[in-house]
Amino acid sequence: MNYIHSIGKYFNMLRSVFARPERLKIYYTRTLTEIETIGLNSIGIVAILSVFMGAVISLQTASNMDSPFLPKYTIGYITRSSTILEFSPTIISLILAGKVGSNIASEIGTMKVTEQIDALEIMGVNSLSFLVLPKVIAAVFFFPFLIIISMGLSILGGYFALMSANLASHDEYIYGIRAFFEMGDIYYALTKTAFFAFIIVTVSSFFGYFTKGGALDVGKSSTQAVVWSSICILLMNFVLTQLLLF
Amino acid sequence: MIQIKNINKSFGDLHVLKDFSADFQRGKVNLIIGQSGSGKSVMTKCIVGLMEVDNGSILYEGEDFSVMSNKERKEIRKEIGMLFQGSALFDSLTVEENVMFPLKMFTNMSKKEMLDRVNFCLDRVNLSGRNKLFPSECSGGMQKRIAIARAIAMKPKYLFCDEPNSGLDPSTSIVVDNLIKEITYEYDMTTIVITHDMNSVIEIGDNILFLYKGMNWWTGTKEEIIKTDNQEINDFVYASQFMKNLKEKLKQEF
Repeated sequence: MNYIHSIGKYFNMLRSVFARPERLKIYYTRTLTEIETIGLNSIGIVAILSVFMGAVISLQTASNMDSPFLPKYTIGYITRSSTILEFSPTIISLILAGKVGSNIASEIGTMKVTEQIDALEIMGVNSLSFLVLPKVIAAVFFFPFLIIISMGLSILGGYFALMSANLASHDEYIYGIRAFFEMGDIYYALTKTAFFAFIIVTVSSFFGYFTKGGALDVGKSSTQAVVWSSICILLMNFVLTQLLLF
Repeated sequence: MIQIKNINKSFGDLHVLKDFSADFQRGKVNLIIGQSGSGKSVMTKCIVGLMEVDNGSILYEGEDFSVMSNKERKEIRKEIGMLFQGSALFDSLTVEENVMFPLKMFTNMSKKEMLDRVNFCLDRVNLSGRNKLFPSECSGGMQKRIAIARAIAMKPKYLFCDEPNSGLDPSTSIVVDNLIKEITYEYDMTTIVITHDMNSVIEIGDNILFLYKGMNWWTGTKEEIIKTDNQEINDFVYASQFMKNLKEKLKQEF
């Protein structure tokens, strides 16, 4: 019963988030700020994770290729496919749910318990739209760029790992990367990312906005935001994979 | 003028406001006093629409706020300034940006006009030149004054102050109290102040309302509160021996 109530509250919240903004110019400025906060500031962690993720994928693929009949370019092919189809959009989104989600929940939660949100409401500002909509736009717009960067760096990480361990040649890996490439895979990954970005921001904002109490409760909201964003991402990943690939 | 007519507010079995009625006059500092948990903050939140009442009416200049649409409420709220207990300044914005915020959101003023208004408001609360500080760099008293500057930026018709003296030393409390009193007369506002501070009652209270167990227990002036024999008020206001002695002295003066 409690879960149903929360789901209803979440969708009610979304209705307020997408209400007509009071001042477009202010929302535009806030969106640019959010792009920096939740997008540009995440490039570092995304880059580090992606390089090592690609390196491990290629090494594990190479170590599992026992048969001499399997061509070496398969390593590049599997690294590319698994990175584009699953690792970059899903794993990086889960990481971003931790970094960005907790940040959003604690920011909005703190504003709630220090009455800053009440102050916005008293002024006649739609606090949900004012606080959440710029974050949603920033994340849905910018996260796909992060994932494109992640894909590139992951494939590069795989390349360096293979070259340093001398498990395949430069030509074999590059050939594998280019083999059977379909642009549809990229569209699929970016579509998934946009959905995940929406989930991360709205679910985290939900837990932040409905925080009650003090500092301890802000911490709890932050944890819940990460846990539920991650669960929703995994569920949505399953649904979208069914819908988009079959 | 704000009129409250027979409002009730409950949280489950807890009946916080019981058939509460009151008139808050324009151009006066209307003080609400009462024990902790008597329903003062709930009542203020109901008046400004942060909480919905179970029944009863809240009239702003005769217009019933409790039946207004969201759009109509927004228009009323643009005429409300509120000073929160913890100041509720936006901590990611500077002092200047905090005061400018409502002007940016709701007016078509040019940048220069907004800056002039911000400087005027900061000057009014004796904080000229502090524009670029962040709230975290300001003292509690300064934060309260910045919140007052933000509240008056839009020249509101109504000002709500939720325990404006909490956490302030006596001399800073007097500065904040006097500021509230001065701007109430200056802007001819309907000001409602929730307080525990008896000094405020004596210094700035034009009309005083004593809230007891969710009811409007007593209403009067500061002269009347000194003379009253109402047991509950005397228990609350003159709780200490020092205050009891002071009451006797004041009685003789008035």
